[in-house]
Amino acid sequence: MSPKTLYDKIWDAHVAHEAEDGTCLLYIDRHLVHEVTSPQAFEGLRLAGRKVHAPDKTIAVPDHNVPTTPGRDNPDQMPEDSRIQVAALDTNAREFGVHYYPVNDVRQGIVHIVGPEQGWTLPGMTVVCGDSHTATHGAFGALAHGIGTSEVEHVLATQTLIQKKSKNMKVEITGKLSPGVTAKDIVLTIIGETGTGGGTGYVIEYCGEAIRDLSMEGRMTICNMAIEGGARAGLIAPDETTYAYVNGRPHAPKGAQWEAALAWWKTLYSDDDAHFDKVLTIRGEDIAPTVTWGTSPEDALPITATVPAPEDFTGGKVEAAKRALDYMGLTPGMKLTDIEIDTVFIGSCTNGRIEDLRAAAEVLKGKKVKDGMRAMVVPGSGLVRAQAEEEGLAEIFTEAGFEWRLAGCSMCLAMNPDQLSEGERCASTSNRNFEGRQGFKGRTHLVSPAMAAAAAVTGKLTDIRELQ
Amino acid sequence: MKKFETFTGIAAPMPLVNIDTDMIIPKQFLKTIKRSGLGVHAFDEMRFDRDGNENPDFILNKPAYRETSILVAGDNFGCGSSREHAPWALEDFGIKVVVSTSFADIFFNNCFKNGMLPIVLPQEQVDLLMADSEKGENARMTVDLEAQEITTSDGEVIKFDVDPFRKHCLLNGLDDIGLTLEKGDAIQAFEANAAQARPWV
Repeated sequence: MSPKTLYDKIWDAHVAHEAEDGTCLLYIDRHLVHEVTSPQAFEGLRLAGRKVHAPDKTIAVPDHNVPTTPGRDNPDQMPEDSRIQVAALDTNAREFGVHYYPVNDVRQGIVHIVGPEQGWTLPGMTVVCGDSHTATHGAFGALAHGIGTSEVEHVLATQTLIQKKSKNMKVEITGKLSPGVTAKDIVLTIIGETGTGGGTGYVIEYCGEAIRDLSMEGRMTICNMAIEGGARAGLIAPDETTYAYVNGRPHAPKGAQWEAALAWWKTLYSDDDAHFDKVLTIRGEDIAPTVTWGTSPEDALPITATVPAPEDFTGGKVEAAKRALDYMGLTPGMKLTDIEIDTVFIGSCTNGRIEDLRAAAEVLKGKKVKDGMRAMVVPGSGLVRAQAEEEGLAEIFTEAGFEWRLAGCSMCLAMNPDQLSEGERCASTSNRNFEGRQGFKGRTHLVSPAMAAAAAVTGKLTDIRELQ
Repeated sequence: MKKFETFTGIAAPMPLVNIDTDMIIPKQFLKTIKRSGLGVHAFDEMRFDRDGNENPDFILNKPAYRETSILVAGDNFGCGSSREHAPWALEDFGIKVVVSTSFADIFFNNCFKNGMLPIVLPQEQVDLLMADSEKGENARMTVDLEAQEITTSDGEVIKFDVDPFRKHCLLNGLDDIGLTLEKGDAIQAFEANAAQARPWV
């Protein structure tokens, strides 16, 4: 048998039908649903008189619109359009009989945090959601990617997707990371190398010692941003770290089924001679704490660098860089560490897990945010929030001057009231620094949780390694 | 879905690279439970100021480009969020075809589900079409999906590739779900096998 990549193996195990031209029906094991990209899909089912094919494999949770302030069970807290959208999910979830975590359930949170937390996401699965950051679940060795609303309806109705296979790409991070360098810095560095289109047409498998050494939380941060490099999905082969995380979660297999599952999961790795169409290797030792300066995640540089000039680029990127510098209000040549910020956002499906909050709290212990700084922590789920309170992290945040919020997507995409105002500049642990992403004319610098905490204290983008 | 028919329309140049779906339709317009009526918000933050006045410098606000049906765009068009509201907004605005050197995967898929055709061409040909589209109302191009050809305003013919299955669906206005449900037996057989092989799923 010819050697296979991890992607090949998961793909092959899920092809329900293959046409002569290679178009496949790929079977979907888990379908995650949120309120923004699903109402039109459920309405489509209703109009056609169709049911949800596999309600047991469908999990719904509101996250994008929901307020993160206390008292939010009262729907009057939401603007009317948000309220209608959340109410539509409520109705659709109950009417079509899918698993559901409503806003007042402690298990509610960002869909990509809830899935793994509840053990819905398991190695070797296919996982989709009407959200590009579905790539997160690839951290478990699950083939996971975002889909549009028409495809949400297709999966609801048939439990399959019409797909053609992507190409295989390998990104290897060798060796050890230096102190102060995290999963976020790895993935920003990768996107800085490949560009936001570098992964288009590929599924990326992340491997190498530095990836193996990461916790599940760190691996989720890496795979979460696979989409920012253009890849359909990111994957990390499951190992003991994965099994330990999964074991005992509410929807993980138990007893004999656990043993059977484990036996299959242990076959999920790329064979030695498997073919990759593209390979990128980065030395872990070469990665520094990394920040973005522009309006694309590919605008990533080590914190020790200076703001680039348009002439540093070629092709269409010259104009894009000019536009980005103007939007961001930055001058070429200035040190990144001289960039003053007024807002800090810690949260999102990229960095809203317990380990992220621990890393930020570690920096903030005994310190205060700079005067006038608006700083907020939005845990990724109600359970992350509860755990952080139990560990005393919430107290560290509030004593430092952070707002301690309820779970949701919040300022990552600013669909709820958590937004930047015009000209405000934010150090954010989220995933996109696009124009207007966190609010009209708001300015975003993507950073790790520790770097966000450091920036909150100093009022500038800060090299975490230099903070005393 | 409407059938994709040969048409002649105005092409607008949007050379900026990495135009993301947040630019195509900002998040405040995602709070809808409908697919229709998003065209007025397409490219909102580039097209209007905070008070809703048109930005006269934005290409689609210029008199010659108000009836645009073809976008000739910079590399990696449609990157970022999976929001299908992006093709919904473009389609509702009147865009039927987007030409670029590359598209983000999810946006590319989403276009086909809405009767729109994204066309990938090499840089030189995108440059040629970009130059042609600078001619304003005189930049009328014809897109023939059956023949897989774009004819420029000068009569130059550019061939393009398209996936045969997707072409078939666009030309015939076929609904994916209906097609897949015809393969219900294959799906059931898969489910029966998977229940044996991976009962924990």
